[in-house]
Amino acid sequence: MEGNLNALTTIFTEFYYWVTIVMMFLIHVGFCMYEVGVSRRRNHLKTLMKNAMAIPLVTITFYFFGWWIYFGFPNGPGIAGGLVTAPFAEPWNPLMGTHLSGVNPGETGVTPTDAALWHRLNGVFWGAFLLFSITTASIISGSIIERARSGAFWIVAVLVGSVLWILDASWGWHPQGWMVKLWGYHDAYASGVVHAIAGGAALAFLIVLGPRIGKFRPDGTAREIPPHNVWLVTIGLFLIFTGFWGFYAACNIPLISPATIAGQITGETWTATNIYLAPTTLSAITFNFLMSLSGGMLAGYIVSKGDPFWTFSMGLCGIISASAGNDLYHPIQALLIGAIVPTICYKLHYFVERRFKIDDAVGAVAVHGYGGFLGVVVAGFMLWGQPSSPYEGFAHISPLGNFAGAVLMFALGFVPTFVVCKILNSMNLLRVPAKVELEGFDFALNHAFETSVREVGTAEKAMIK
Amino acid sequence: MSTNGMESWAVDLKDVGAIYPFQGSEVVMVIIGLVFWIGWHVLQTRQENAEIEADMAADRTGDETRKAIDRH
Repeated sequence: MEGNLNALTTIFTEFYYWVTIVMMFLIHVGFCMYEVGVSRRRNHLKTLMKNAMAIPLVTITFYFFGWWIYFGFPNGPGIAGGLVTAPFAEPWNPLMGTHLSGVNPGETGVTPTDAALWHRLNGVFWGAFLLFSITTASIISGSIIERARSGAFWIVAVLVGSVLWILDASWGWHPQGWMVKLWGYHDAYASGVVHAIAGGAALAFLIVLGPRIGKFRPDGTAREIPPHNVWLVTIGLFLIFTGFWGFYAACNIPLISPATIAGQITGETWTATNIYLAPTTLSAITFNFLMSLSGGMLAGYIVSKGDPFWTFSMGLCGIISASAGNDLYHPIQALLIGAIVPTICYKLHYFVERRFKIDDAVGAVAVHGYGGFLGVVVAGFMLWGQPSSPYEGFAHISPLGNFAGAVLMFALGFVPTFVVCKILNSMNLLRVPAKVELEGFDFALNHAFETSVREVGTAEKAMIK
Repeated sequence: MSTNGMESWAVDLKDVGAIYPFQGSEVVMVIIGLVFWIGWHVLQTRQENAEIEADMAADRTGDETRKAIDRH
């Protein structure tokens, strides 16, 4: 009976994560629609492909090394211990393929315990984390449209999606991460570990890349470059909201016993937990997800005077800004955080654009970067003194720990991306020439399309009797 | 000190109730939430009035309106 219960729990968990992966794919449908909607007609196809090709590139690199980084680096290494061995996450390990829980004869590094736990969960855990990875990379894509080279973005997408974000997840989004142990860092639904780091990377890319031609008037004031299709933009954002349900669910462990956690929790009550294995419920995150989304949209409508682009974007920012503590907030707290933080981010977007001439085409730095950063900081105050982990000896959640964590997340995105973009720029690989930018990225494709239409039309007309 | 009263997870979960911060201030939070909601309607109505006034003042000749009708 106990064996069957364990099997049922494992298979339920496997199915649960599989469903979240399918739901999270909608985030990328949304990102593509949103980005194409914002770009001008002469740039559609290349804009679509720039974003879409991040999916296979981050997928294969996350298989090769991203997944292993998550399990190998929780101690830094060198901050709270050494490198952790994680044979089940090495790309050459049998557990990184079809596996049925036994240990093959002669198989080194895999224990029966590893095999029993990971044979069904490895693929779906890997997939769920991969979808976070692709999201992190995709966030950067929209801000740099209509002048960045696709190849430059894809290099940065791999850097951020398969190295930087998963490194910060290992530090601050792992039950044994050193930031959780030593700083009490709390970021349950990834305000910092996904959004702040992506916002930091996007800002670095934008600084090196420069604005689109025509974005700023000769006197330095900004021109609006309106989306070519606001419908597509808003439907894209709706799909991102929908996919975020999967994102949130995937940040939880759906069902676990106190004995399996092996921390301090006593008794026999099974529970859902957050990523740190501390108890929460799906109901809690349902309340708080919807209330923070609503706070963002309501504030966004007023602040932007009903602008669809910003109303929807601030809804997303509302979720992001409450995500760090949405496992523990009261729904009205989530509503108010979701309203106040995006309002600050909206103001910051235009301040930074005006003051530093940063052309962020989709407001990604504001929505994800500032929203994620402030969300982590706010959680430090709201959850002050609460246990960050069910394990003994971990630091408690505090404003200082979360502030330091937010700075680290943003900087971990910003600094390496800035260096890589500088190198790419020095090799003329970051930005297309001005002539290509003015012609539009799809110039040759559109020309070939028109030639084909003319040719086939001429052939068809010649057959009319 | 902890904002939700939990200092440690060394507990039996069947004995734990609410775990959100600042328990005991639910009524105050609801009042703040209601003020936010009503305030939103007030601000939205003011903005919509201003928009309608601007629309009323626009296109005195009716030319733009005719074009808009033609565009459907």
